[in-house]
Amino acid sequence: MSALEQMYQQVILDHAKHPVGRGLADVPEGHLAGESHQVNPTCGDEVTLRVDVQPGAGGPRVAAVSWEGQGCSISQASTSVMTELVTGRDVAEVERLDAYFHDLMSSRGKGLTEDEALDELGDATAFTGVSQYPARIKCALLGWAALKDSLARSGALAG
Amino acid sequence: MTTTDAVRPGLSASELAAVRADFPLLGRTVRGGRPLVYLDSAATSQKPNVVLEAEVDFYEQRNAAVHRGAHQLAEEATEAYEGAREAVAAFVGADTDEIVWTPGATAAINLVAYAFGNATAGRGGAAAERFRLAPGDEIVVTEAEHHANLVPWQELCARTGAVLRWLGVTDEGRIDLSNLDEVITERTRVVAFGHVSNVTGAVAPVAELVAAARRVGACTVLDACQSVPNLPVDLHALGVDFAAFSGHKMLGPTGVGALYGRRELLEAMPPVTTGGSMVEIVTMEATTYAPPPQRFEAGTQPVAQAVGMGVAAQWLGELGMEAVAAHERALAAELVTIAEIPGVRVVGPADAQDRLAVVSFVVDGVHAHDVGQVLDDRGIAVRVGHHCAQPLHRRFGVAATARASASVYTTVEEIAAFREALGGVRAFFGADR
Repeated sequence: MSALEQMYQQVILDHAKHPVGRGLADVPEGHLAGESHQVNPTCGDEVTLRVDVQPGAGGPRVAAVSWEGQGCSISQASTSVMTELVTGRDVAEVERLDAYFHDLMSSRGKGLTEDEALDELGDATAFTGVSQYPARIKCALLGWAALKDSLARSGALAG
Repeated sequence: MTTTDAVRPGLSASELAAVRADFPLLGRTVRGGRPLVYLDSAATSQKPNVVLEAEVDFYEQRNAAVHRGAHQLAEEATEAYEGAREAVAAFVGADTDEIVWTPGATAAINLVAYAFGNATAGRGGAAAERFRLAPGDEIVVTEAEHHANLVPWQELCARTGAVLRWLGVTDEGRIDLSNLDEVITERTRVVAFGHVSNVTGAVAPVAELVAAARRVGACTVLDACQSVPNLPVDLHALGVDFAAFSGHKMLGPTGVGALYGRRELLEAMPPVTTGGSMVEIVTMEATTYAPPPQRFEAGTQPVAQAVGMGVAAQWLGELGMEAVAAHERALAAELVTIAEIPGVRVVGPADAQDRLAVVSFVVDGVHAHDVGQVLDDRGIAVRVGHHCAQPLHRRFGVAATARASASVYTTVEEIAAFREALGGVRAFFGADR
């Protein structure tokens, strides 16, 4: 597989064409809501992301993620894959996934070696090829930055 | 025969081969051994050996502080530095003392904007009256400007109470002159515009804009970054008051550029950056300033880079700018044919008239970043994004475009390789289905 094909894996192309979570959704009463707008100033890519967090005895849980945005296939697919990955997960788990994904993006194309991290990231490991291209890493991280900021704004992150 | 340079249509195959052999970087490969097709010269040009050698030679043989020191090296360094000024001035049709070295074109435009601001704050005495702005005065730009010829004027307006106005852009990507008399009025003090758009490649109607500015006594500032490397430019003939251009886009080094100012304007203009080398008499109470261009060259200048820029100007001058421009026209005619590829839309003039070989485009269903990535995989270097011209992209309803731009060393075969690769982009992303 060429470096280009490693970058544009089928799962990325599919998510870019049919993104998950597109269209901002209302957050039900009693849930925590947070919203964030992130811009990549070099290319003008934008995402506005809203998180719906359900408080609970076992800690807050991401009930839903919805977003609007425009940008390259990498930024759109990454936000879409992330939406699938984090929906229904505890906020603590989401923070761990975020750390794994950042590690993956810093791996310069080598990927992660920890089985646990690879299992947890699932489809998001398809972005390994992107980490070979320094200029595109921030495309893959745009949605994740919006998610983290949304969670902070919702008040769901442990102080 | 001495007139062949003026009439020949461009560069012959052997001339172009000789030109390319002068640029070491063009010989390298990228992305796993593919030959480089460099189509990003509007961002920065590659450098010929003579420029690289001039910088090395300066450091190896002549390096010294200029305009001071009583030793031979200082003399030789000063001679090289001032010789470069003379070469650049001759290249753009200016007098030598009308060229101010700057760190680049952005710095050159900011220099003019800050000089207006300083004059408005009362600096420069009676001579600087023509640079003083009052609330309600207007500064005119165009919607096609590079941020470097827009943001400094926004900031000047914010500091002085002047009002920014602008000429729009037509659907064809040309500066819209239909309301010229409404935009450039008795209140207009500055008209700043790009000679050639770094996005659309369109050549601005300089004569009309200069005439309109003159009718109302406004000062003209020309961003000549894209024109100076690719067209014969005679600033005296164009009649602009100021012009800015950078070394690195005209085959010279980074870190150096030039501001042209009409002599009487530079003489009347208060300094901006102050310090060493730009003064006459300094006491603890007050300072008097050197005449231009030194007045605007405080501190140690990028001397080796200026020398390199001078050599670049000479190299282009010897090749002949008429021939360079003809070559550019031929490349532009090839580049605009990408509009025939299904799903490809060119932003800007669709024809090859009054334009340079700078073509920005969008591909239906594929983001510019992704277009650039696929081309890069084939060894083809293009720029993606808004090219420091967000308002112009907004005007055309797009956040980003991809841009291919040529230079004197670009070949028709390279454009053909680009066109072929571009033809496969939509299929790669399944956007053609």
